[in-house]
Amino acid sequence: MVRLGDNGKALIRVRNLDKTYRRGGQEVHVLQGLNLSVDEGEFVAFMGPSGSGKTTLLNLLGGLDLPTAGSIAVAGDEITRLSGSKLAQWRARHVGFIFQMYNLLPVLTAFQNVELPLLLTRLSKAQRRRHVETALALVGLSDRMDYYPRQLSGGQEQRVAIARAIVADPTFLLCDEPTGDLDRRSADEILALLSDLSSRFGKTVLMVTHDPRAAERAEVVLHLEKGALVEGTTSGPERHGPASGTAER
Amino acid sequence: MKFLTLIGSNLRRKKVRTALTMGSFAVALFLYGLLAAIQTAFNQGVQVAGVDRLIVRNKVSLILPLPLAYKDQMLQLPGVKAVTYATWFGGYYQDPKNFFPNFAVDAPTWLRVYPEYRVPPKEWQAFLRDRQGCIVGRKTAERFGFKVGDRIPLIAGIFGGEWDFDVCGIYDGARREDDTSQLWLRNDYLDERRVWGKGTVGWYVVQVRNPDRAAAVAEAIDRRFANSPWETAAESEKAFAAGFVKQVGDIQLLILVIGTVVFFTLLLVTGNAMALAVRERTAELAVLKAVGFGDGTVLWLVLAEALFYALSGGTLGLVGAKLFTLRGDPTGGLLPVFYLGLGRMCLGLLLAAVVGVAAGILPALTAGRLKIVEALRRV
Repeated sequence: MVRLGDNGKALIRVRNLDKTYRRGGQEVHVLQGLNLSVDEGEFVAFMGPSGSGKTTLLNLLGGLDLPTAGSIAVAGDEITRLSGSKLAQWRARHVGFIFQMYNLLPVLTAFQNVELPLLLTRLSKAQRRRHVETALALVGLSDRMDYYPRQLSGGQEQRVAIARAIVADPTFLLCDEPTGDLDRRSADEILALLSDLSSRFGKTVLMVTHDPRAAERAEVVLHLEKGALVEGTTSGPERHGPASGTAER
Repeated sequence: MKFLTLIGSNLRRKKVRTALTMGSFAVALFLYGLLAAIQTAFNQGVQVAGVDRLIVRNKVSLILPLPLAYKDQMLQLPGVKAVTYATWFGGYYQDPKNFFPNFAVDAPTWLRVYPEYRVPPKEWQAFLRDRQGCIVGRKTAERFGFKVGDRIPLIAGIFGGEWDFDVCGIYDGARREDDTSQLWLRNDYLDERRVWGKGTVGWYVVQVRNPDRAAAVAEAIDRRFANSPWETAAESEKAFAAGFVKQVGDIQLLILVIGTVVFFTLLLVTGNAMALAVRERTAELAVLKAVGFGDGTVLWLVLAEALFYALSGGTLGLVGAKLFTLRGDPTGGLLPVFYLGLGRMCLGLLLAAVVGVAAGILPALTAGRLKIVEALRRV
């Protein structure tokens, strides 16, 4: 087993992770014996060809799916042992999701979309309003609060999605191809925003991407191939401080 | 409460579908309201029947009379407190379509046996003094504009000819269910003028001292007149009223069948609408679950939509039915007590809620059990 720089203070610790699907009577091993450690505040990008297991890994880390074997510990919580309802509560508290297609609810305004995760908290209406306004200000959309998704550009929609992801101050952000549906300029804005969230606000960001330019923004780039992390992990050039994001094989 | 915005937004998503589904509930509950009012009308006699009253009629048929002389004989039987009688007059005002119940009563004893009817004493005294007098129920008086002091002609369907009556008074019921569509004339006047059947009455009403002994008294009456040319059939007023309703047909069954079909159709319509709504929103529901909404919360959100359809549409329908019944008997006299009570309205709303939940439960369970990863792939 190869360990790459686990300093023992990992926020996310993945051990011997397996994920197998059954398709048409055949078993498909999407992830096999994957080990990974991510420190708090790191910006990690996962790259790899289609079908390499990037999104599956992200889903497992976000508690959207359960592994076939192995363990995932986040801030000391072993999430693979949580029941469905506990896992939902855990997601609400710890994970902010950013999807490729933004996945905003079309019937809600930007404000209402961002407010969604806060509906699960005990915050008062006034407190929720303050949080939402702060999050939308952070992504530069204070003036678009009452706009519906159809009235926003793709880049703006993704910024609303980012605001929704950070509004409840989650432990880490999971981004699945966050720039995959955007033009270059909007993509750069989104990546700068994610980078900012990591460097200025200490948010841990895990991003799946096909785009090498997007990956360059990350502190650590991990490559997946056939369900396993492969050698060739690189550190992004733009970040300061030690690149402690680690992959273990 | 904080989820109301989300629920409301989802309902506004397909306005036409929301309006049509709510409309289905409104129409169904409107129909329910009318059926309930009709049922109340048919059962009114059963509901208001006095527990201490027996109806004594000719054993062969209600349309055959009984001798007037039976009154004194019945009064001598143990357990009998009072006896009064009435004869169907069958008159109409101006046009045969203007139907309302009218019969000749034994004026001195009538109100003693029917204390629930309220007539001002002065008006009742006037009735006792005037052989050609009559007392009219409030509903019929309002329907034809009769006032105390009017002289009204009735065409007697059974006894023939035109009969004039002086309106001596107007009666009200102590309860809302009491029938105030009747007209009472005096039996002694009828007996004097009729050309056939003198000395007979249509039916007797016997008041018993102890309602618990009503069955025994009824048996005693029938025994007393057994093997006579005019045998009797005595039964409680409730049983008599129920039997009368049954002569029309099994109204209860008819209403039950119609109601069941309507609500079952409603279940299918709403179930389909909810299933469509959930299918269209699969990815959005998955996003809600991804951000931390639990299975139960998502289930309740979908159920809340179904309940909104049911309760808002149902309320509209019931209010419509209530307004319709407030206009009074739509048949012109066949349903004298035609109203939709609060109890029936609450029951209707409860039924709507049950149908709403039943229609929404499968789509809600589907939404609750949604696998996030699979649902997100469908985006």
